[in-house]
Amino acid sequence: MALLEVKNLGISFGGLRAVDDFSLTIEQGELYGLIGPNGAGKTTIFNLLTGVYKPTDGYIMLDGENITGKKTIEINRHGIARTFQNIRLFSELTVLDNVKVGLHNHHPYSTLTGILRLPKYYKVEKEMNERAMELLKVFDLDQEADYKASNLPYGKQRKLEIARALATDPKLLLLDEPAAGMNPNETQELMKTIRFVRDEFHMTILLIEHDMKLVSGICERLTVLNFGQILAEGETTEVLNDPKVIAAYLGE
Amino acid sequence: MKMRNLSKTTRSNLITYGMVIAAYIIVEIFLRADMVSSLMEGLLVPLCVYVILAVSLNLTVGISGELSLGHAGFMCVGAFAGATFSKCVEEVITSSLLRFPLAILVGTAAAALFGILVGIPVLRLKGDYLAIVTLAFGEIIKNVVNVIYLGRDSRGFHISIKDTVSLGLEDDGEVIIKGAQGITGTPNDSTFLIGIILILITLFIVINLINSRTGRAIMAIRDNRIAAESIGVNVTRYKLLAFAVSAALAGTAGVLYAHNLSTLTALPKNFGYNMSITILVFVVLGGIGNIRGSVIAAVVLTLLPELLRSLNDYRMLIYAVILIATMIFTSSQGGQEIQERIKLFFKRRKTKEA
Repeated sequence: MALLEVKNLGISFGGLRAVDDFSLTIEQGELYGLIGPNGAGKTTIFNLLTGVYKPTDGYIMLDGENITGKKTIEINRHGIARTFQNIRLFSELTVLDNVKVGLHNHHPYSTLTGILRLPKYYKVEKEMNERAMELLKVFDLDQEADYKASNLPYGKQRKLEIARALATDPKLLLLDEPAAGMNPNETQELMKTIRFVRDEFHMTILLIEHDMKLVSGICERLTVLNFGQILAEGETTEVLNDPKVIAAYLGE
Repeated sequence: MKMRNLSKTTRSNLITYGMVIAAYIIVEIFLRADMVSSLMEGLLVPLCVYVILAVSLNLTVGISGELSLGHAGFMCVGAFAGATFSKCVEEVITSSLLRFPLAILVGTAAAALFGILVGIPVLRLKGDYLAIVTLAFGEIIKNVVNVIYLGRDSRGFHISIKDTVSLGLEDDGEVIIKGAQGITGTPNDSTFLIGIILILITLFIVINLINSRTGRAIMAIRDNRIAAESIGVNVTRYKLLAFAVSAALAGTAGVLYAHNLSTLTALPKNFGYNMSITILVFVVLGGIGNIRGSVIAAVVLTLLPELLRSLNDYRMLIYAVILIATMIFTSSQGGQEIQERIKLFFKRRKTKEA
C-alpha cells in the first residue's frame, strides 16, 4: 500500500479552477518531486494536503487513513509535516524552543503542571531538551541552540524549519521550495541534508522545487504541474526529457 | 557558585521576585519609622492593583501578541463579583483571613469566565480590529454593571435592571448592588501585604506559564500562526487560554481594588477605557513581553504624578514629556544606539578595573 494516495483532487476559488483532477501516489521512503511553472498550483496542492484548504473534489489517503477535509492540526497528528516557501519560523523564540514547539504533541503535560512546576514538568522538559538537541545536532545547529531563530543565517533557518517539522515525527515530509534563495554551495549542502533525512529517519519526502539541479539530483520520481493539471509524471530523467515539459518551462 | 548553575531565565525571574520582596521590606521599614505620608500610604494597595493588571495584560499583549483594550472590564467583573461575595458572607464568615481569599477566588473565577465568553468571539479578530472590539466589550461590561440592582432577603436573591423598588424585597431585605451607586460597605480586607502576596502569585503564574510547554505554544502562535498550526498546535485553544488567564488575573486585581474602598462604583475613571489604556501604557513602557518591565513601569508611572505634585499645573505636562522621552529612548533606533554605547562604556570600565 502506498503511503500517500491522492485521487482526482480538485479545488476552485470562485470561478478559478486552481487544481483539477490531480492524482498522486507516493511509496514509503520515496523522494518525490512536484515541479511546474509559477502559478501552476504546486503550493495549493501542499495547502490541500495539509488542510489549509479543503478540496472541492477528490480524496487524500495517508497510510490507509482518509484525511480529506481534516483540519491542519489533525493532519499533522496523522503524520504530515511541512516547511514553507517563505520561511516561517517562530522568530522571537530560540532555535531550541522552535524545535520544542514541534515536540508539543509528543511530550505533553498539562498547563497546571507547568505553572505549579510539578515533578512531571522537569521530567518532560528534560526529555524535550534531549530530543530537541539530538535533532539540532543532526542539522548541525546545536551550537546555535540559544540563538534567536531570526538571528540565524538564511541557510540555517531553512534547516531549522526542517528540524522543526521532523520534531512532530511525521510519516511524510513536505518541503516547499527548500532551495529558494540559496547559492549553489548551500544548495549542494541542502541536497545532502535532504538525502540524509530520508535515509536516517526513513522519511518519505515530497518536495516542490524550481532548482532543476536539485530536482534531477535527488528526486526519484516527478510530477509536473501546469495550469493546475498534471502535465507529466514518472521517472525523473524521463519526465525532464519529455518535450511537453520542456515546452511548458521554456516556451515553444 | 549556586547562581551560576541556574539558567539565565531562571536567574532573571528570581531577580523579579526578589525585587518585589525587597520593595515590600523597604516600604515596611519606612512605614514602621513613620516616614510615609498618608497620601503615599493610601497609594500602596492601588500600586499593587496596577502591578497585577500590568503583568496580566502583558500576557495578552506581549506573550500572546493580541492588543486588548478591555482589560479594565475584566477588573470590573472581578471587583463586583468579589465585593458581592464578601457582602453576602460577611456575617457568616467573620474572619477576613478566610473570607478574603475566598472572595479573591470568586472574583478571579468570574473574570476568567467572562474572559472565555468574550474571548471566543473576539479572538477571531486580529490587530486593530481586536483592539476596538475588546474596547467595546470593556465598556459594555462597565455599563451593564452600572444598571444592575441586586438584593437579598429570606427568599433568596433578586436581580433587576430598573431600580431598587422593582427588586420587591421583603422588609428585612438588603440591597447589595445599587445600580450606579454600586456596592457600599465592602469589608476593607485589602492590605499592602496581601497586595504583595498577590503580586508574587501573579508573577509566579505568568512567569511559569511563559516558560512551559503552554507558553511556548502561545508565543509560537504569536510569531507565526500558520506555522504553529502546521506542527499541530491548537491555535484557538491556546489563544483563549492566554486571554482567560489574563482576564482572571485582572479579576484578582479587581477584588483587591474593591476591598480597598468603602464604596465601589463602576465609573469611567476606574473601569473605563481610560484605565485600560493606562494599563497598556505600563505594558508598552515597561517593554512588551517584558514582565519585570511591567512591574517597574506600573510602580514608576503610578508614583510619578504624586512625586510631581509640587509642580502643580505642570504635573501632567511633565508626566507626558517623561513618557515620550522614555519611549524614544527605549524604542527608537537612535535611543537604542545610545543604550548600546552606555552599556559598552560600563563594560570597558569593568574590564579596566579587572
